[in-house]
Amino acid sequence: MYMTTLVANTNFFQGKKGLFSWIFSVDHKRIGLLYLYSLMTFFIVGVTLGLLMRYELLNPGKDLVEAKTYNQLFTLHGVIMIFLFIIPSIPAVFGNFFLPIMLGTDDVSFPRLNLLSWWIYILGAIMALSTLVYGDGPADTGWTFYAPYSVRTGTNVSMAVLAAFVLGFSSILTGLNFIVTIHRLRTPGMSFLKMPLFAWALYATSWIQVLATPIIGITLLMIAAERMLGVGLFDPSIGGDPILYQHLFWIYSHPAVYIMALPAFGIISEILPTFTQRTIFGYKAIAFSSLAIAFVGYFIWGHHMFTSGMSGTARFIFSMLTFLVAIPTAIKVFNWVATLYKGSINVQPPLLYALAFIFQFMIGGFTGLILGALATDIHLHDTHFVVGHFHYVMFGGTGFAFFGALHYWYPKIWGKMYNVKVANVAFTIFFIGFNMLYFPMLIVGLMGMPRRYYDYLPEFHLPNMISTYGSWVLATGLLLMLGNLISGFYTSKRKIGRNPWNGITLEWQTTSPPPLQNFDRMPVLPKNGPYDYENKPSIKE
Amino acid sequence: MEHHTGFVLPNSGHNRDAEASKLGMWLFLFTELLLFGGLFIVYMVYRYMNHDAFLMSSFELSPVMGTINTIVLLVSSMTIAMSITAIQKGNTKTAIKLMSLTVFLAFVFLVIKYFEWSAKIHHGLFPGMEHYTNLPKGEALFFFLYFFMTGLHAFHIIIGVIFIGVVISKTKKGLLTSDNYSLNENAGLYWHLVDLIWIYLFPLFYLIH
Repeated sequence: MYMTTLVANTNFFQGKKGLFSWIFSVDHKRIGLLYLYSLMTFFIVGVTLGLLMRYELLNPGKDLVEAKTYNQLFTLHGVIMIFLFIIPSIPAVFGNFFLPIMLGTDDVSFPRLNLLSWWIYILGAIMALSTLVYGDGPADTGWTFYAPYSVRTGTNVSMAVLAAFVLGFSSILTGLNFIVTIHRLRTPGMSFLKMPLFAWALYATSWIQVLATPIIGITLLMIAAERMLGVGLFDPSIGGDPILYQHLFWIYSHPAVYIMALPAFGIISEILPTFTQRTIFGYKAIAFSSLAIAFVGYFIWGHHMFTSGMSGTARFIFSMLTFLVAIPTAIKVFNWVATLYKGSINVQPPLLYALAFIFQFMIGGFTGLILGALATDIHLHDTHFVVGHFHYVMFGGTGFAFFGALHYWYPKIWGKMYNVKVANVAFTIFFIGFNMLYFPMLIVGLMGMPRRYYDYLPEFHLPNMISTYGSWVLATGLLLMLGNLISGFYTSKRKIGRNPWNGITLEWQTTSPPPLQNFDRMPVLPKNGPYDYENKPSIKE
Repeated sequence: MEHHTGFVLPNSGHNRDAEASKLGMWLFLFTELLLFGGLFIVYMVYRYMNHDAFLMSSFELSPVMGTINTIVLLVSSMTIAMSITAIQKGNTKTAIKLMSLTVFLAFVFLVIKYFEWSAKIHHGLFPGMEHYTNLPKGEALFFFLYFFMTGLHAFHIIIGVIFIGVVISKTKKGLLTSDNYSLNENAGLYWHLVDLIWIYLFPLFYLIH
């Protein structure tokens, strides 16, 4: 199956060459990188759409696009960022690449299924983006496809919902693969409670992917059927119930925000021990709080619908359960901060991203509580406050964790190094730009500016201007960061050893980049759990 | 996998692992149950809202045909279970015969379904047809859900037939034997799921008042 000349020091980039050896590869590392390159492409498309929206909001009135185009912009921005970028992001890229290595095995349980899930992802992506160029234009419903508008609008909603349906399959297959891999392929001696926390986070995430995604799949199929056959499922004028659609949509889409957030928690739990050189504080609490979030996260979808006419009892229960989620999340934050205490802190780009994550995720989390409270939500529902909150958790949280992970594992993946000084500068610009872009949204939302309008009242002008300027700062930081990462790949002269950061999880025991079979010798586990720096196995080059 | 490194991981993802493939299948079955679960919720809500219309419409369906189909599917579930016992005991030929019988019964099910569907379509009850569009809203919902749910189920029957077909051909080639039959078991699990869903669809549409 593999070339017989393969020797221990060949890495997975060598060996087979050519495009086909990548797009038909069953190697989890190559598939992880396929996801990385495709995700980043769509991310840049999504960022561009976001910048256009922000430009439109620079001044009151029309700056750039018409109202309908603006609606299509935010819909496509949402669909791309949610379904093509952030849901797959960390699991599909870093989960694929590092989960098997961190477990001390050579691949996932179903390598071919893994490749299939990438192909399904690409198919879904093509379907979603095809609405740009053919048919009656991209959907203008918002990424939530709320009925009855999604049933009545003339834009190409059917294709967009079918794309989301197909992308759901890709997500399910990745989740299924990870659960089985974690159950079956841990290295001898690695019990569940000796797994790295990234694996725990992926485990909790995978269960949500498997158990929540089918509901949205069938719901979106019903939307497509309703549009094609004119059946009154969700449109009240032909006998349907639009609230039922909202329930079915959020039964998936609320757990889905934990698909987006939990893997990021895993990343932070990996970065902090490495750059403090000490064991993580509260290993079990962090591991089990991931499962707790995944579990409670199932029962709180109703908090998206406080204003759509549920009974008072239902609203009260959903609100209370929403507050419950804050507990396991806060447990994590306290543990991360406690890990920093008395650690030998080594400030490197990955740590900066992790710290920014904690800061921004806390803002996102607290604004989430404000939205989860019944009385305040009535005022804030459908304002820019929601947009600000969501971007603080998703972009300021998961997005920053994603880029932190990219800086953290960069030397392991490519065996090269980026320029650390430039990375720090890029981080600073990115961080400032991010907060300039989204913090004014919280304020303008509190002032009452609704979301999803291309125009606004003159009194909202100043915060919107700051926000738009912030989007340009953010884009500058992003370009500098990506440019630095790419140029590191071409210009890096430094020879990277096995363990440039002095990390402790198993991926740092193999060569950089890893060989095709991941390990050239049997990985050694630390004595007392995965972050036992006091008994760290010594690693020969 | 062929390595010339002198080192092979004991827990390779490329090893054959019957437990892993069964676990994967069970997870997949969970997702299938939830897929239909979404439809069951919609059915429940609209039945509650349109109780009388759903009851009236259900009289249009033939419980006799439904009962025959239920028996056909139950028997087919039995034959595939028997085929797995057969392959465990090394009776490859019997296993192939029993699996082929399962496929045959699946076709019987589809043919009966075809006649049921065409009778309804003949009466103009398919969504979008003239008679359908004039139906009261509740009855229209009933027939939409009838076609959607039994249609999705029939689609699963077809996938199952293909799946079992692949297993039959692999068994014939000697790739699946008494020490390696997890694919047979997975085909069986899938087929039982298809059967199980029908066990719920049948009373929901044909029987309950």
